[in-house]
Amino acid sequence: MQLSREELLRAYRQMKTIREFEERLHVEITTGEIAGFTHLYAGQEAVAVGVCENLNDSDYIISTHRGHGHCIAKGCDVKGMMKEIYGRKDGLCGGKGGSMHIADVSKGMLGANGIVGGGPPIALGAAMAAKIDGTGAVSVAFGGDGSCNQGTVFEAMNMAVVLQSPIIFVFENNGYSEHTGADYAVGSGDIAGRAAGFGMPAACGDGSDFFEVHAMTREAVERARDGGGPTTLEFKTTRFFGHFEGDPQRYRAKDEVKKHRETMDALKIFRDKVTKAKLLTKKAMDEIDAEVLKLIDEAVEEARAAPPPTPDDLLTDVYISYEGGIQ
Amino acid sequence: MAVKTYREALNEALHLEFERDENVVILGEDVSGGAGGTSGEREASGGIFGVSAGLLPRFGEARVIDTPISESNIVGAANGLALAGKRPIAELMFADFIGVSFDQIINQAAKFRYMFGGRTRCPVVIRTTYGTGMNAAAQHSQALYPVITHIPGIKVAIPSNPADAKGLLITAIRDDDPVMFFEHKALYGKKGEVPEGEYLVPFGKANILAEGDDVTIVAIGRMVHFAEKAMKTLAKDGIGVELIDPRTTSPLDEEAILDSVEKTGRLVVVDEANPRCSVARDIAAIVADKAFSSLRAPIKCVTAPHTPVPFARELEFAYTPSPDKIAAAAKATVEFAA
Ligand SMILES: Cc1ncc(C[n+]2csc(CCOP(=O)(O)OP(=O)(O)O)c2C)c(N)n1
Ligand SMILES: [Mg+2]
Repeated sequence: MQLSREELLRAYRQMKTIREFEERLHVEITTGEIAGFTHLYAGQEAVAVGVCENLNDSDYIISTHRGHGHCIAKGCDVKGMMKEIYGRKDGLCGGKGGSMHIADVSKGMLGANGIVGGGPPIALGAAMAAKIDGTGAVSVAFGGDGSCNQGTVFEAMNMAVVLQSPIIFVFENNGYSEHTGADYAVGSGDIAGRAAGFGMPAACGDGSDFFEVHAMTREAVERARDGGGPTTLEFKTTRFFGHFEGDPQRYRAKDEVKKHRETMDALKIFRDKVTKAKLLTKKAMDEIDAEVLKLIDEAVEEARAAPPPTPDDLLTDVYISYEGGIQ
Repeated sequence: MAVKTYREALNEALHLEFERDENVVILGEDVSGGAGGTSGEREASGGIFGVSAGLLPRFGEARVIDTPISESNIVGAANGLALAGKRPIAELMFADFIGVSFDQIINQAAKFRYMFGGRTRCPVVIRTTYGTGMNAAAQHSQALYPVITHIPGIKVAIPSNPADAKGLLITAIRDDDPVMFFEHKALYGKKGEVPEGEYLVPFGKANILAEGDDVTIVAIGRMVHFAEKAMKTLAKDGIGVELIDPRTTSPLDEEAILDSVEKTGRLVVVDEANPRCSVARDIAAIVADKAFSSLRAPIKCVTAPHTPVPFARELEFAYTPSPDKIAAAAKATVEFAA
């Protein structure tokens, strides 16, 4: 399937936006202005964008603690996200969620999630609803290599096969769960192979190559929309930063990130491919780079200047209605 | 006595018990860290908060077990280890992950002894971290010990200072019953004097940190430090505080609390957990029941509100009980006129 020039430009813009968002946060976090745990997605852009470019607003995704990339790829407002990470009142979740809980259900983005393995059963439920209503929508559960060892994930995979639900389990194998290697914690080392054992199509691809991710996901999404049930996709990828900001990464070879930045940079790989194939010009992408940088600058400036929530906000949003009020 | 941090005190307790009893094992995510990584550094973290540092190099992989992310199985396997004669310490990185492992805690560990007619023991310790102070938001900040305190068959310890951290953890490891051990994330760097060598703090024995005549303040975990600050403010107003840290909520030292309220006639309970069906309200109910005639003012509970833990700094601050709120509540009990 050949992507149009417009689609390619959009995919590049999305990946570049994620990259700059994360590179900038990596710097801004050192100022101490941003509270809480922040897990950066830089390095994995081709997965979020390669998957989500196959989806529309009526499709669902659920994300993880490392959620910024999925949010951007599914169309969450970048400035609203930045404000949320800064804990501002008009952040995407009113400053109540923060980096680990960004969501925009109106965009089919069912949330970043602080509980590893919390997402897949929820994504399954959304897929079941789509099937009941016959909307043709699909659901994607993003997870890491670490999440594939959680019982909830096994349960969701089996039930998806039993019910033939329109769901795609996407495992981003970046080699680590916190400070532990996937080669240690994933028993067989083969996440896709394990998924196949549940009785669904499963494949492993190069998570640094937007085109490969996009094509593999397209096939899975088409199958799901046509009533063909679930698929698992494992993508080999890398994270350019620590598990969370401030992680000394003692489990990682000194030059690993440097090497991966040279050989597994999704943006470089994309640029090389499209310029060699004469699909996009360097100039067109440079223009996007400049626009993205400006957007991120503005997002940070506006977030820094935005007002925080007030103590009254503490007691709102717990319930939709509650007899007697919250004490 | 040496001055140590809460983290160092816990770490020392682990080292001492590992050395003393070869049946002691620990299992959890990144309890040593570095398994499989590319650096070749096997102990890459020693626990995400550093509490289990140095165990792996000394005691080896058979006893210091890095697990996949599988909380249900971490607690479940610890239960099985315990039934098979080991003294396992299961680590849940955050107390919120009780959610993932709840069955193994409340239906398994807590029930064996009773269900099996007293013919077995399950000496498991589930260590976990709780509390606000790191802006870790709704799924990484909860104080869930009331939920566990509610369950018969499992004990609950909540150390507020380094000495208790050491003494309670050693007691927990040697206890033949299941124990859930709540460490406050914001206290790991807190320093205090810690007795050398073997040091045990008994369960069900409150610590009376200050004696006073006007109001009893019962505070739990990190709230003990906030109550100490409030106590200084109250002293300026001439209000004498009796400050009690129960140290374990199951068993609970009712006697120490009742004795104190009989003297002061006033009670403030400070707890950063949510208020409904909480330890704070439980203590209030016990006192209302058993020391009613001594009370000279209504009991006050200073707790978090009935909301999840919010992310933004301003909101987390508003959520958490503060020394000011504690002092105001204590003052209100003293100024109360029937
Ligand atoms: C139930 C649960 N257990 C443990 C954690 C702590 N934790 C957060 S992220 C993480 C590692 C996740 O690894 P992986 O799934 O590979 O995702 P990655 O961080 O690599 O994106 C762990 C152990 C958690 N948040 N939730
Ligand atoms: Mg990973």
